[in-house]
Order: sequence, then structure tokens, then C-alpha cells
Amino acid sequence: MSHVAIIDYGVGNLRSVEKAFAAMGCDAVVSGDDGVLQSAERLVLPGVGAFASCMTALRARGFDSLVRERAAAGTPLLGICVGMQMLFEVSDEFGTTDGLGLLRGRVRRFANDLVVPQVGWNRIRQRRQHGLFAGVEDGAFCYFVHSYYCEPENTDLMVGETEYGVKYASVVANKNICGVQFHPEKSQHVGLQMLKNFCAR
Amino acid sequence: MLAKRIIPCLDVDNGRVVKGIRFVSLTDAGDPVEQGKRYDAEGADELTFLDITASSDKREIVAELVRRVADEVFIPFTVGGGLRSVEDIRAILRAGADKITLNTAAIENPGLISDCAETFGSQCIVVAIDARTRPGKDGWEVFTHGGRQAVGMDALEWALRAQELGAGEILLTSMDRDGTRDGYDIELTRAVVDQVRIPVIASGGAGRVEHFYEALVDGGASAVLAASLFHFGELSIKDVRSYLRSRGVEVR
Repeated sequence: MSHVAIIDYGVGNLRSVEKAFAAMGCDAVVSGDDGVLQSAERLVLPGVGAFASCMTALRARGFDSLVRERAAAGTPLLGICVGMQMLFEVSDEFGTTDGLGLLRGRVRRFANDLVVPQVGWNRIRQRRQHGLFAGVEDGAFCYFVHSYYCEPENTDLMVGETEYGVKYASVVANKNICGVQFHPEKSQHVGLQMLKNFCAR
Repeated sequence: MLAKRIIPCLDVDNGRVVKGIRFVSLTDAGDPVEQGKRYDAEGADELTFLDITASSDKREIVAELVRRVADEVFIPFTVGGGLRSVEDIRAILRAGADKITLNTAAIENPGLISDCAETFGSQCIVVAIDARTRPGKDGWEVFTHGGRQAVGMDALEWALRAQELGAGEILLTSMDRDGTRDGYDIELTRAVVDQVRIPVIASGGAGRVEHFYEALVDGGASAVLAASLFHFGELSIKDVRSYLRSRGVEVR
């Protein structure tokens, strides 16, 4: 049984995420196999590009139900980038698109007076203590690429905050479900440490 | 606050770095992975590989390089040079590149930008523009084929068009300044930055730490790219970062 399964639903390049876990000594595998995803101890939901096309691809493989069921059963789940956004109820990208609804809140676009997408390294302010932050300095830089951001209904879910025109949720967590807006696999030691922490939770 | 980015660029031929580099401690100085790791350790915010392989099995050579870099480097990396189709790009992204640059192919077929943006997302499509001042200082002309052919297009118009087609970033190289070490073309950088809403990476002309500051602050660029300056060890990424930080620029 694999420790961490990175859900392969045909979107984006997942190799970097797999390698990042491996670099931290975590046993992770990229898989689109129902059996593997059902038996993994932890799940990672990646996502790049457009929210709607990610949701469509996830649904087409029936993984939306799988993720919901496993999350409800208490399996640790980590959403990365658009994968984090998909944890929420709805996104404003191209009209509105429904997400998985595991966390209450919506996904909004950055204001028009900003350079969008936000591309580059920005700071994560730790709003409260969380296992994902073990060994990570408050205000550490991580690598972001996104035009939309998550707005949780309950701001207590916002464990990490980043400022880009607005202060928004860059790390969210609610029990076994968590999400990061940045790319931990591209954020050097800071991101790698957070992936390791996810495996240790 | 979003930090300004410092990006070293490496020229790669047949999977090997070709521009000389004085990283004496490297066991294999021609290995893009070794050099990538070294820049990563020095604090580069991203890496850019410009592929100049001319052989017919180019795609496989480049994909192999990308795979090896993806295994070892935990910062974003961009691959450019001669990518001509959605399939070329798919192979490079699948091998592990985070972004690709389009230059000549995008000028010849602007629809390639939108095809790629729709297929892979704008976040990984960087449109590279090589521009030179027109006679009489009448704006900037776009060049292709490594700066050999004038296109008959205005750089500002092309930048805007590229954004509309779905480019996620612009990599803007001043051909007037490239290799001169006289500093980035601030006027050109500022003009393009004011024209588009996507990030602009300034390139061409870096020679001193002050030049990076000018491109980022006066030019308004989101990132600065340099090649030979870093390769020959005249300046390190650390030097540039500490200087920028001392002048109040947010860097990582």
C-alpha cells in the first residue's frame, strides 16, 4: 500500500510533486488507479490551469466522489494550487463553476489593477500554529502562480496568509483537509518541509 | 509582498551547457543539472534553459534534459528554443518543465499561443520578444530567428497581442543591449510593462548590480534575467540579491 497517492486525472505534470515527496523520504506515487487511490493513506489533489477543466477532468474519472468519500472518512487530503481551490464550493473563473464543496467558501479573481497572474515568491504569514508549519519560519517565501484565490467562509480555516493586493488564504486547513495555493514542490526547502509535514500528520 | 525575481539563463546544446561557466567545484560543468543545482543553491528564483540543439532528434534530447533537471531542482524552470507545436510543448511539460517560451513560432503562428494557453494554461506560456530600437527612435521592432530577421511588427503591439492570446508572461530582450553590459533598456522595459498586465521579465544588458535595480524599479519589470554575467562569475546571484535588498527591493 502506498503511503501518499498523488491523484492523476490527466491534468498537469505531477512528476515534480512525486519527486519532491521522494526527496523528503516520503513514499509517494502518482496514480489514476482506483484501487491505489482507495487504499492510500494520504491523498494529494494537484491542479493547474483552469478550474473548470480540472473539475471536468476529475469528474470524468469519478474521482470527485472518491475524494469526497475518502475525505469524509478522515483520510488526510492536501490540495495544491488549483487542487486547493477545488476543495471549495464554487469558483468565479469563467462564470461560476462548482468545486468539491469540502470547504465552505468561494474562489475569486485578483483585482484588475494588479499584475495577474501573480507569478513568483511571496511570504506565508502563519496566522496560527499548524502541523504543516513544523520547522517552517513565519514569513517564509513560497512560489506562486495563480490568478484566483480562495476565500473561506470561516476565516479560522485560513492558517496561512499571503498579501497580493488583498490578504488571502495561502494555506487552509480543517481537520484532515488542507490546501496550499503555492507550489510546495517548487518552493525549495520550505515547500519540501511542508510536504514532509503533511506525511507526518 | 511579491518578491522580484532573479533568473539565470543557460544555453544548452544536445543536453549540455555550452556557454562557459566558472563553477570550478562542479564535477561536470557542462551538465545542466549540476549548474541548475548550483544556481538553486545560490538563491536563483527560477532557471531558464535556452535550447539551441539543431539535430533532428532534438525533442527527445530536450525531454531527457528536462527529466533530469526535474529530478534534482526544486525551483521553477523554463525551457525555450525552437518549440514549434502543441506536441513539442506537451513533451517538454510532461517531462517536467514548468513553463516554456515561444518566440519565432508564435510570430509565424500566433494561434499557437492560444492553443497552448487553452491546452496547458496561461501560467506556463512565456512569450519571448526580441526587440531592437527602430531607426529614428521610432519605437521597437520585433526580430525572430535569434535576432536575424525583422518581422515588421512593433514590440508594444506584439506584447499586447500576446497577452490577449493567452501568454502568462513576457520575456523581453533588448537586442540593442544584449551582450553590451551597459544595462537593461529601461525605456523599452517601461513601455512594455505599461502596455500589458502580465509579468514582464527584462533581459539583455546586465553588467552591474545597479542595472538590476533599474530594470525592476525604473523599468517596473517583475523579474530580471541574465546569462553571461552569472556564468563568468563576475556577479553572483547573492550579490544582486543583497544589493537589491539594501535598496529596499523585496527579494526572497
